[in-house]
Amino acid sequence: MTAATIDIASTAPTPFSRLVRLELRKSYDTRAGFWLLGTIVLLVLAAEIIAVSVTAVQDEAMQFGDFVGTAAFLTSFLLPVLGIMLLTTEWTQRTAMVTFALEPRRSLVILAKAIVGVILTLATVVFSIAIGFVANLVYGLAQGGADWTFGWKDFAAFLITQVLAMLGGFALAALFLNTAAAIVVFFVYKWVLPGLFAIGAALMAWFHDLAPWIDFQGAQAAIWDWSSSAEDWAQLVVSAVIWLGLPLAFGIRRVLRAEVK
Amino acid sequence: MITVERLTRKYGAFTAVDDISFVCQPGRVTGFLGPNGAGKTTTMRVMVGLTPPTSGSVTIGGHHYHDIPNPGRHVGVLLDASAQHGGRSGREVLELGAMTMGLPKTRVDEMLELVSLTPQEAKRRLRNYSLGMKQRLGIAHALLGDPSVLILDEPANGLDPAGIRWMRGLLRGYAERGGTVLLSSHLLHEVEQIADEMILIGHGKIVAQGDKKSLLAGAAGGGASSFVTALDNEALAAALKAKGLTVASAGDGLRVEAETVEIGRTALESNVVLTDLRPADGGLEDLFLELTSETQREGLA
Amino acid sequence: MSMNSMAAPGLGHALDLSGTSPTPFSRLVRTELRKTWDTRAGLWLLICTALLTAAVMVIQLAVVVVQDLVVSYNDFLTSTNFSIGLLLPVIGILLVTSEWSQRTAMVTFSLEPHRGRVILAKLVVGLLLGIAAVVIALGLAAICNLLLNGMSDLGGAWDLSLEQTAYFVLLQEIGMLTGFAFAALLLNSPAAIVLYMVYQFVLPTIFGIGGALIGWFEDLKPWIDFGASQTPMFDGTGMTGEDWAHFAVSGFIWLVIPLVIGVRRVLTAEVK
Repeated sequence: MTAATIDIASTAPTPFSRLVRLELRKSYDTRAGFWLLGTIVLLVLAAEIIAVSVTAVQDEAMQFGDFVGTAAFLTSFLLPVLGIMLLTTEWTQRTAMVTFALEPRRSLVILAKAIVGVILTLATVVFSIAIGFVANLVYGLAQGGADWTFGWKDFAAFLITQVLAMLGGFALAALFLNTAAAIVVFFVYKWVLPGLFAIGAALMAWFHDLAPWIDFQGAQAAIWDWSSSAEDWAQLVVSAVIWLGLPLAFGIRRVLRAEVK
Repeated sequence: MITVERLTRKYGAFTAVDDISFVCQPGRVTGFLGPNGAGKTTTMRVMVGLTPPTSGSVTIGGHHYHDIPNPGRHVGVLLDASAQHGGRSGREVLELGAMTMGLPKTRVDEMLELVSLTPQEAKRRLRNYSLGMKQRLGIAHALLGDPSVLILDEPANGLDPAGIRWMRGLLRGYAERGGTVLLSSHLLHEVEQIADEMILIGHGKIVAQGDKKSLLAGAAGGGASSFVTALDNEALAAALKAKGLTVASAGDGLRVEAETVEIGRTALESNVVLTDLRPADGGLEDLFLELTSETQREGLA
Repeated sequence: MSMNSMAAPGLGHALDLSGTSPTPFSRLVRTELRKTWDTRAGLWLLICTALLTAAVMVIQLAVVVVQDLVVSYNDFLTSTNFSIGLLLPVIGILLVTSEWSQRTAMVTFSLEPHRGRVILAKLVVGLLLGIAAVVIALGLAAICNLLLNGMSDLGGAWDLSLEQTAYFVLLQEIGMLTGFAFAALLLNSPAAIVLYMVYQFVLPTIFGIGGALIGWFEDLKPWIDFGASQTPMFDGTGMTGEDWAHFAVSGFIWLVIPLVIGVRRVLTAEVK
């Protein structure tokens, strides 16, 4: 008796666009995911309202760019958490079993998740700019004239740094596959490390020379100042490799080969 | 021993448990049967204080669960074998339970042996356990404190046939020693063999309760029926019909509305060789499906 | 259909509870303590806290020796802001949330239906772990200070007073309790951790900006900034009566209210 075979010739592989659409939906269809996105929106809204009212009342000079910057400050630590949760919820909720059974090409799934992270970051950036626009408008009405200074260079830099922040979280998540660990390490990296680096650079000459090559957050200043030297860009790339490339590489390798149960 | 009095649990507009009352006697195994979503687990959760009732009450041995000191020593509970930390080992789970209840460590080894978990398996972490192993661990945890009452939600879930037979023996022995067992299941044939008392529940309401005989006696018809397979089915069927018996074909053989002794006699008279003759015990399944038909997810064929 | 084929219920069928004493609280505490390290994740968190504390102090020692700086015993202790100050609250958070995320609450609350006792036991365990962390910190700082005394002529003073030590203990325990309170409020580990991190790192900046921009906010700030109210405890100036007042009021807002809401939630939640 010949073994029966499944005719797979007529089934097309799942198109990547479908994977991305699916991952995008998974980011907001749970209560936790929905609330994270909602919290980002609400916080940005609240911050801008406060910013407008305070600066208008206090007669502080504000530019369009300043309002956008307020939002950027908030999202700079919430977007990475989003990036983390995109990946870790699959593990802590054990849905990886279903996900990887439906799509065995795990690298594509991870890529789809990363792209969803970028999409959501873009949405957040657009939202921040829109709210900043409205805020500046209101401010202008209150003050009798708004300052619309907002470099498009700054916009690009803003977008890139936010994406890098989100990917930073994503990389940590891939490395630890544990929400709590990734979040804690991320906050340490973001809030404690710069201080430590500064202290180290102030105290030790050799560290002062080394710091620009390993301080990823500091190196991102080059993105804001496009007239940076080649050395600045090189430092950005090297520190990016250390803080983004390596964790991502380790983490993705781990995900690809992990036993999922 | 377990008294449920007019228990109701509502979630907003949805009534999960609707004014049910029943009693579980000591020395008997009570089977709690119902389709998925009938309210069995919710009732059990209320029994052990995990879910507050909307109205009504449950008492175990005359006490509310909340008032029983060190309840693990009196009431053994298994509601969800997977509700354990994946990073803990099986032995650790039992040792924590033993610690809480104030039991000696040797009890853990006793229980592991009772449920046939080897020392190597006991050392593994729960995320590496199969479904059946988690279930055995859960049963061990429920029995740790040597309780006099057992409340088990789908205890046979995931067990292999040997495990199911072992559990059957375990619970029977337990009941014979005077313990009270309440187990919920939707594995009809399993519950049939082990339960002295059965409570059928559907859509939060009790649709029938009693022991197997009285339930079946109350069932429509109530006559005996049998399955028979012969070398010459047609000849047998003709002979049976000639006697006025209802004959229908069923699988390889026939289903006859008569006692097996009738059919045997008929076969002898007609010189037909029988290869299979047994009572059709689908009575309980039919009863169950019929009673809960409005509450079933699939309609009756 | 026969509905009641059973004998009269209840009477005579009772549980004999006379021989069972309620689970002593000490046993609950011992069990909860064990649950903090019996999983791989839990054990690693505790180990990492200790390792990080040591690492930070060693780095500090190395820098100080190389740079010929003057530091004292107390300065070594302050470095724990970056280690214990960071991870002890996370330990406090996970004490509560791992019960929920792993659904072990079902087992825990069926073995001990008095949920308040379980929460109290977890709280006590958090406090005990805080004390253990303090002891480790004091020990490690002593070692580093000893080494410093050996390796350098400058610094290495043994300047720790009883008052400072008391403040140190209080600081760490407050951090742990704050994490615990947030965890009870949210019953979700990532949310609680993010909330704590925001409270710890972002809020000071926001309060600072607010204080700089708005006059009345600057006056209000000491009463609502719990983190800032603890500053006199570690910067050596000591707490005045007014400082304690600020501490109490802001602590009520940030510690007591979340704790009360969270505990109430745990007591009445449906566990499944």
